[in-house]
Amino acid sequence: MGDHAPILQADSVSLRFGGIRALTDVSFSVRRGEVFSIIGPNGAGKTSMVNCVSGRYRPTEGRILFDGQDITRMRPSRRAALGIGRTFQNLALFGHMSVLDNIMVGRHHLLNSGFLRGMVYWIGGAQREELEHRREVEEIIDFLEIQHIRKAQAGTLSYGLRKRVELARAVALRPKLILLDEPMAGMNLEEKEDMARTILDLNEEWGMTILMIEHDMGVVMDISHRVMVLDFGRKLVEGEPEEVMAHPDVRRAYLGEEDATPAEAVPA
Amino acid sequence: MTVMTPAGDFRTSYRADTTIFPTLGSRAALWVGIAILCCAPLVLDRYLLGLLINVGTLGIAALGLNILVGFTGQISIGHAAFFGFGAFASAWLHERFQIPVLLCIPLAGLMTAAVGLVFGAPAARLKGLYLAIATLAAQFILEDFFARAQWFTGGVAGRITEPPTIAGFAFDREETYFYLVLAFVIIMFVGAANLMRTRDGRALIAVRDHYLSAEIMGINLAYYRTLSFGISSFYAGIGGALYAHHLLFVSVEAFNILFSIQFLSMVIIGGLGSIMGSLMGAAFMVALPELVQAGADAIAGSSLDRMLKIGGNISFLREMAIGAAIILFLIFEPDGLARRWRLIKAYWKLYPYSH
Repeated sequence: MGDHAPILQADSVSLRFGGIRALTDVSFSVRRGEVFSIIGPNGAGKTSMVNCVSGRYRPTEGRILFDGQDITRMRPSRRAALGIGRTFQNLALFGHMSVLDNIMVGRHHLLNSGFLRGMVYWIGGAQREELEHRREVEEIIDFLEIQHIRKAQAGTLSYGLRKRVELARAVALRPKLILLDEPMAGMNLEEKEDMARTILDLNEEWGMTILMIEHDMGVVMDISHRVMVLDFGRKLVEGEPEEVMAHPDVRRAYLGEEDATPAEAVPA
Repeated sequence: MTVMTPAGDFRTSYRADTTIFPTLGSRAALWVGIAILCCAPLVLDRYLLGLLINVGTLGIAALGLNILVGFTGQISIGHAAFFGFGAFASAWLHERFQIPVLLCIPLAGLMTAAVGLVFGAPAARLKGLYLAIATLAAQFILEDFFARAQWFTGGVAGRITEPPTIAGFAFDREETYFYLVLAFVIIMFVGAANLMRTRDGRALIAVRDHYLSAEIMGINLAYYRTLSFGISSFYAGIGGALYAHHLLFVSVEAFNILFSIQFLSMVIIGGLGSIMGSLMGAAFMVALPELVQAGADAIAGSSLDRMLKIGGNISFLREMAIGAAIILFLIFEPDGLARRWRLIKAYWKLYPYSH
């Protein structure tokens, strides 16, 4: 856990698509250095919220502050340079590029050589820059244990590997805040454990603040410092995992309990 | 496509791992190939040299189109107009300002890039069919401009161009002009290969493969879509200028939409998103009419000829052959000659243990 200054702050964010209200008056803040999870049933607006932060959507109302700066209407490409990285729920790799090139794309805003210097590779310093960044990219490749596929075409990889490459690409941005949209979807138990460890490492060793959407409640409760619950585009609660789990609204909305009667108490 | 490296070929530095030609064999083949091409003027007759020069000039322009279509995933059906603009621009610069032709060629490239950026501006927002129509407008506007701008193109009479000279030496014959084109081909192709292994080239491919996540990775879509148009037009302009100073005459009618379609064919047949494929596609398109002609000659006078009346319809046959070639490539080899070439190389690498 870091200090308690918020790195990301959402002020009564609403998002409407015509008559559909995807988000209604959602406010929350993510503290620097924490693992913050958003949970909620399908269609609750979790991904919409993350899309507002990464810039894919613009909120209809409300403000989003990152590092004290208003980013509500900022172009997505500029947010990357500020230090927001993300992965996607449905994989979004550059399918025809090698894994290495995919991750090097993540370095885009850290590289300075434009197309002119790129074309004269050996003269303008583009080569030196490429090799320097290659070194750092290799560190990320080592960290995510994808050395064996670094030259493989990204589109040909298995699902689990593609998820790791996507994470590597987001990490290559050197983001202060990394948004993970269902990092463990479709994984088996062992892969989930690996991913959970990776996320904790990113948080503790690489110093990244994590904003995560995840359905696996076990993982969420284990690794999150704080949790927010969305339901029908509204915030139900925000707090430490234990208090969120104990909250009656959450039990009703998320776990599908009809009333306060504990499930165990129902006679078999 | 994954690069196959022979067993035992270990790279011990990142520098060695980022070369354009990955193996010792391919680098050797490159130098031998260039050496053989350097000898070509000593062996080949002027007609064949002329064809090779055409492959070079068209290949440079086709590479430009490939950067736009194959690497960035945009589309242009006005490439011939940019090619033509480069041809006229170079001739005009030389005549109007007495700039040496060798300098006019890159300047014409820059002028064409500027024009390309203007017409490419819609590309920042448009994609697919809509962009195709916008570039079609560029084709017609420029064609009209060629026909009307007497001061620039010489109008319907066309424009006579001068051969390039350097220190009194004139590249005015096929044998000498060939070396000039070869030098430009090498520079332009190395430039493109370098571009594709650095930041902005990767950004172009990222825009093609998944523009939404490219944007999240910090890539400004509008900038790169427009930039791709600029680079593409620059290549077209260089190719056009080389073409103009080879033929020594530029006609207004040459740069029609059919020629634009031929550029697209070169890129598709050569291989979308392949640098060497652009050259292969250009070679194919230059060789095709020759082959059709040879075929027509072979059956000339036979009963088949009398039945089909081929004699006077050779140009018609040529267009048909191009059309057929595109369809056959799309069905049987959608990744073009470049992929076929890789498969052939892979076959020999693995021979005789290909399974």
